[in-house]
Amino acid sequence: MSLYSQKVLRHFRHPQNMGEMKNPDSKVQVGNPVCGDVMQMYLKIDKNKNGKEYIKDIKFQTLGCAAAIAVSSISTELVKGETLVEAEKLNSQKVIKSLEGLPKPKIHCSLLAIKAIKKAILNYKSRTIEKAKAK
Amino acid sequence: MKKIYLDYAATSPVDSLVLKTMSPYGSQFYGNPNSLHSWGQKAREAVEKSRQIIAKYLNCLSEEIIFTSCATEANNLALKGVVKAWKEKNLKLSPHIIVSPIEHHCVLDTAKRLAKEGVEVSWLKVDKTGLVDPKQVEKLIKKNTILVSVMDGNNEVGTIEPIKEIGKIIKNKKGKGIYPLFHTDAVQAIQYLSLDTKKLKVDLLSASAHKFYGPKGIGFLYLKKGTPIVKEIEGGSQENNLRAGTENVSFIVGMAKALDLVRKNKDKEVKRLEFLRDYFIKKILKNIPQTQLTGHPKARLPHIASFVFLGAEGEAILLYLNDKGIGVSSGSACTSGSLKPSHVLLAMRIKPEIAHGSIRFSFGKKTTRFDLDYVLKVLPGIIKKIRKMAPKLKIGK
Ligand SMILES: Cc1ncc(COP(=O)(O)O)c(C=O)c1O
Ligand code: FES
Repeated sequence: MSLYSQKVLRHFRHPQNMGEMKNPDSKVQVGNPVCGDVMQMYLKIDKNKNGKEYIKDIKFQTLGCAAAIAVSSISTELVKGETLVEAEKLNSQKVIKSLEGLPKPKIHCSLLAIKAIKKAILNYKSRTIEKAKAK
Repeated sequence: MKKIYLDYAATSPVDSLVLKTMSPYGSQFYGNPNSLHSWGQKAREAVEKSRQIIAKYLNCLSEEIIFTSCATEANNLALKGVVKAWKEKNLKLSPHIIVSPIEHHCVLDTAKRLAKEGVEVSWLKVDKTGLVDPKQVEKLIKKNTILVSVMDGNNEVGTIEPIKEIGKIIKNKKGKGIYPLFHTDAVQAIQYLSLDTKKLKVDLLSASAHKFYGPKGIGFLYLKKGTPIVKEIEGGSQENNLRAGTENVSFIVGMAKALDLVRKNKDKEVKRLEFLRDYFIKKILKNIPQTQLTGHPKARLPHIASFVFLGAEGEAILLYLNDKGIGVSSGSACTSGSLKPSHVLLAMRIKPEIAHGSIRFSFGKKTTRFDLDYVLKVLPGIIKKIRKMAPKLKIGK
């Protein structure tokens, strides 16, 4: 096993945006077929003063290793406050860089949080489209 | 911060007496044991005395002990060497071996390698507690079965296998012949169980010194006299012409000393650890909900207490325990490098999502009840914290 960076350990010990969210605008669950990790992502979306939709609040719950938890924590931190367009640009390199690196076998963990965030945004969008149609 | 090492099944600290016994064999008695002069003889004497100590422990002949660099090498030699010896003599009948599915990777992967090379391998099944059924061994033995390999005690879940019963069955099948041979990996068991090679009826047995307070990087293979085997490492004719390379004199001396120290205190230490183990298991199961013991409840090594904590991931538990100064190990997929859950837990039909929360505590001579009470104090909070981080899932039993 390779060692984790201090930054990973910091996020693992003190995860940010961790927990359940009441009345989220979007909630999704993704699973990691590789190691059995499971992650739930919650979004609260609002419009900023330019009228663009942005992530007002984000929360995660993760059943997984230290890397999975740290990745969840940093990814939610990175996209919180961003517009949906910006948030959708989140990628693995950015997450890994922000964590000062991840051991090689753990890189797949970083993909999971990103997948969860993108899925949550997509889920939000398709729901608003449906709502609009219903009106 | 208090530091509590509970990973003795991974490795153990070298005993200070062992270190002391070893130290002259560095720069004082540095001769090559294969040299004929007095320097060499001094080293040879030490090697042979060590061999005797180990042979006595196993109730076998000195010449039946082959020193190797570790148990991994001993296990490789055992499986590959026996197969090679058969192949050299029996060109027509291809060999068949029987292996348990909960072996250490050094046996498991060697068997898989042999399978790739055309050896027929039958994998035994274990029950939910990790036990091999001797009757199954009996059923699987065929005309071309040359080797059965079942470990004495499992390193992940502590289950003790019915080696004596399997040995009896194999002995009967052998009749007057040599095959099938019986190999056991005794790495975890050697210091705690009674390993009289005559009573166990094993032909090959492997061990590693660092699990019983000796140095890392030295081990041995017991090889019953007359057992056909071909060496793996070619070169000089050391170790009865079965393992080439200049003997690691100081480590061999250290290994023998360590085993001798273990022998002197064995019965007492077994009782002490069994008491601690049972105390710990009882408290954990009582104080932490959604927790299961892995391995056999009774037939288990004195030093291993292993669990699965449902809805908590093993690596996270391990690292939070480490933050509290406690060292343990896990069979979770996330800790494995290969990202697969432990093959031992899977063979016991534990589902991958449950194996995800596996933790092994293993005890040794410095472990006290005081230490365990400290773990019992901090662990429930850690499990709770991790479970709180996780989404609410339905995890089946
Ligand atoms: C059951 C068992 N067999 C073999 C080994 C390998 O020992 P070594 O690494 O000293 O070769 C170990 C150690 O992890 C073990 O627990
Ligand atoms: S969650 Fe299993 S390796 Fe990352």
